[in-house]
Amino acid sequence: MIIAEQKTLAEIQDMVSPYHKILLAGCGTCTAFCSAGGPEQVDQLAEALVSQNKDMVVEKTVIPRQCAEKFIDRLEKKMGDNEVILSMACGNGVQAVAGRFPDKPVLPALNTQFIGVEKEPGVWTENCMACGDCILWRTGGICPVARCAKSLLNGACGGASEGHCEVSKDTPCAWQEIYHALKRLNQLHYLKGKPQVKEWPIHPGKVVREDLREGEATTGD
Amino acid sequence: MSLKEALESRKFVVTAEVAPGKGTDVEHVLEEASVIKKRVDAVNVTDLQSSVMRLGSMAFSHFLTEMGIDPVYQVTCRDRNCLALQSDLLSGWALGIKNVLALTGDHPVLGDHPKARPVFELDSVSLLDVIGKLNSGVDMAGNELKGAPDFFPGAVVNPGADNEAAFDLQIMKMETKIEAGAKFFQTQGVYDLDAFEKFMKRVEGFGAKVLGGIILLKSVGMARFMNKNVSGVFVPEPFVQEIKAAEDKAQASKEIAVRLIKGMKDLCDGVHIMALGWESKIPAILDEVGL
Repeated sequence: MIIAEQKTLAEIQDMVSPYHKILLAGCGTCTAFCSAGGPEQVDQLAEALVSQNKDMVVEKTVIPRQCAEKFIDRLEKKMGDNEVILSMACGNGVQAVAGRFPDKPVLPALNTQFIGVEKEPGVWTENCMACGDCILWRTGGICPVARCAKSLLNGACGGASEGHCEVSKDTPCAWQEIYHALKRLNQLHYLKGKPQVKEWPIHPGKVVREDLREGEATTGD
Repeated sequence: MSLKEALESRKFVVTAEVAPGKGTDVEHVLEEASVIKKRVDAVNVTDLQSSVMRLGSMAFSHFLTEMGIDPVYQVTCRDRNCLALQSDLLSGWALGIKNVLALTGDHPVLGDHPKARPVFELDSVSLLDVIGKLNSGVDMAGNELKGAPDFFPGAVVNPGADNEAAFDLQIMKMETKIEAGAKFFQTQGVYDLDAFEKFMKRVEGFGAKVLGGIILLKSVGMARFMNKNVSGVFVPEPFVQEIKAAEDKAQASKEIAVRLIKGMKDLCDGVHIMALGWESKIPAILDEVGL
């Protein structure tokens, strides 16, 4: 899931200060699961904003996903005379909503961090950078692109100390984790081979599936 | 004699290293190099070591060639993408640089511009592979070069990894580096000759030359700092106590270095002395060892 964190209240207040009627929109999937933009956080943020600005009217809503057109429909019904949408979705959700309301400011209440998992209560870690070329089959299910601070593809850099990355003692060396995983799987031979160079994707990314496109007749017998 | 010739002659080779400073003052670092000029086979020039922004290793390596010193041009993958790295290698060759030490590089977060965006598009292994391609007359994309370099490529290895996984990963990476073209290795600083001997036995027959790393111990504080912060360097307590008890710290440091170098003479192909500003002490150390 996409992991996000709420911006500071000061920054959010700064963003909303020109407005009086705000639609505060939570997102029911990723940011709800990482306790950044679900129903509880919507309630808390609404209360905080109103307590700081007595004239502010905050209408609350949560839709299942702000990145899907069919759910954004529900925001249209809620929009009414609200001047602005304060979104508690990831950056993807904020942009999808902004695309639907070109005449209204759509403001991000969160900072989107990464694709990751909840490691333990209150701790989330990055697992995937959506790099477009998955190599997890030969790295023991541990991604060096996302989990090695240098995104190294050809083994450990030698900077680790007691199993921890040179960047932070809180971060395990991904390559040592890969080593242990491959050893368990009897696949250490995957660590040998030709030098790998990552082909980084060109942004913005785009995926086209001809078989799913509408109005484009596929030819063929 | 060039570094390549020295290593091929099977003599016990000595290299040292200098670090360009922050700013355009090159004179005092060139002086450090001139002190050791006649005593070493080559001098490494570090590339923004510890991710601290400084004058670059290519320019400084070029100055060394003008002084008649064979430089080892250290190149890290931290700050440049594959276009810049290849271009710098060609430029370095055009400026008279023959030896390249291919390094991944420290993360910027360790240095004085901790928010700098790291590149690491290539790493030590893929950089060696690219050097091989340039040597063969083509770039990374397979385009032909008009005039090709003939670099003597080297790399580093850390024989003092602190656990089995780290050690095995170092050995595997060393093999990968040799396959990618590394002809010589300079190791991280060694203080434990038994561990170093074990390492050398493990890499016997790999076919690359190994220069054992010697870091001159300047103080107790430095030893403690390295033990805490420098991966793969461990100064055993007796050495720390030796420095602590000595009235003349520099003399004690020299004696430790002499013992380590003597111990390495039968284990590897040479030594790489990292004097960290104490270059002037290298000649006396080498006198004592008989090199």
